[in-house]
Amino acid sequence: MVDWRPSASLQNLQQRAQVLAKIRRFFSERDVLEVETPLLASSTVADVYIESISAEVVDGNSSRQNFLQTSPEYFMKRLLASGSGSIYQIAKAFRQEEKTARHNIEFTLLEWYRLSYSLDQLMTELEHLVQDVLDCGPIPRFSYREIFQQHLQIDPHEITLEELQQLVSTEIDLHGSGLSKTDYLQLLLSNSIEPKLPPFCIIYDYPSEQAALATLEADAKGVVVAKRFELFGRGMELANGYFELSDAAEQRARFEADNVARKGKGLQTHDVDEKLIAALESGLPSCSGVAMGVDRLLMLLVEAKTISEVISFDSERV
Amino acid sequence: MATYSTSEFKSGLKVIIDSEPCSMIEVEKVKPGKGQAFDRVKLRNLVNGRVWERTYKSGESIEVADVMELEMEYLYEDGEFWHFMKTDDSFEQVAADVNAIADAKIWLKEQDKYTMVLWNEAPISVTAPNFVELEVTDTDPGLKGDTAQGGTKPATLSSGAVVKVPLFVNIGDVLRVDTRNSEYQNRVTK
Repeated sequence: MVDWRPSASLQNLQQRAQVLAKIRRFFSERDVLEVETPLLASSTVADVYIESISAEVVDGNSSRQNFLQTSPEYFMKRLLASGSGSIYQIAKAFRQEEKTARHNIEFTLLEWYRLSYSLDQLMTELEHLVQDVLDCGPIPRFSYREIFQQHLQIDPHEITLEELQQLVSTEIDLHGSGLSKTDYLQLLLSNSIEPKLPPFCIIYDYPSEQAALATLEADAKGVVVAKRFELFGRGMELANGYFELSDAAEQRARFEADNVARKGKGLQTHDVDEKLIAALESGLPSCSGVAMGVDRLLMLLVEAKTISEVISFDSERV
Repeated sequence: MATYSTSEFKSGLKVIIDSEPCSMIEVEKVKPGKGQAFDRVKLRNLVNGRVWERTYKSGESIEVADVMELEMEYLYEDGEFWHFMKTDDSFEQVAADVNAIADAKIWLKEQDKYTMVLWNEAPISVTAPNFVELEVTDTDPGLKGDTAQGGTKPATLSSGAVVKVPLFVNIGDVLRVDTRNSEYQNRVTK
């Protein structure tokens, strides 16, 4: 028999509608403008660990490769550079990846940017939104260094690759070679730290290698860290925020470094998004931005074990 | 050498790890939003039963184990080997040694069905069904009328297992026993 029914219950879909309404009210009360940006575009991210879904667009006798967007970030930054002021978007995003209990190829992101907000201010706003939706208490914040010192007695910024290998081998029965310092730190975070985190917490000041589109800055100890944070909810990554990189040359360099890494892994490289670079060159106002997984937020609200339970039709039903 | 890559990992898969056959019990993807993905696998060593967790960098491969699970009827023991027969009407017999029979030794009853795991066609383990019915061959005399009170005593079963039973159980009674924890379930009416 053909299974045509949705993967989410009607109750969960009703909860979903209420959460979306709450989010819109939250930003409307704060005068943040709701925007929509294209899901289909000629360029995409070069990030090594994010695979885009390619789509063929036919134009007369020729066709060109376009991509379903993995996040609305580049378009939103172009809006910011054009003078939009603070903006938010509830957008579908697509990533070519294996379906797991918390991953679906097509998912919903809430992404917002706040002009002249520090990362601290944005963390506070995120905390308020999460409290609004999930009715939870204050969300503690730890620096990346603190969390590693507390649970593994190491300084993640100072530790060497050899010391990390040694530590991982006592914590995890690991098979796989050619891992970087970042790989080991992320593995330790998900394997040995996440299970011990409070139900909700924010981790900030990431190692500079994990900067992505965040600016770099020296912390109190003089170590250069990425002005980036992540919100964890019951062991899941819920949101990822940056004090946004506005340096066009640095952005181009990171793009190119990603492409070199992609080539090394035998992956398709992606052209530098010249429109984004041009927008940054014309001037991105100082801002902080964050993207949150709306489906995961809902999973926490309705205590779902899988993302399918909060999505009308998961990728196995489409 | 046939291999499974991490994207094919799923529970029930039989693989060779450190030269021994293992079965995947649980597979979990570990994926940081922006970073290398890993697969955390809970494994059971099919030879010694050890269960542990191993993490693989996504993209790695493991050798496939030629492992089969068969239902087998127990026939007899000759002092060195325990002989079983396939239940597919082939009448083909397989002999398990003391390492393969291991914990199942104390639950054997002729003509009962057991699960045998064969690796490269040689038996490596035998598992008794979760519940077996066996006769009591030795225990202290039953206390008449004491069917409700608590209190237990040891009873030896025809297979050699010793289980704790209620005081009213007598020699010759047939008992239903959970082989996973050696717990008495009930007396079976003959």
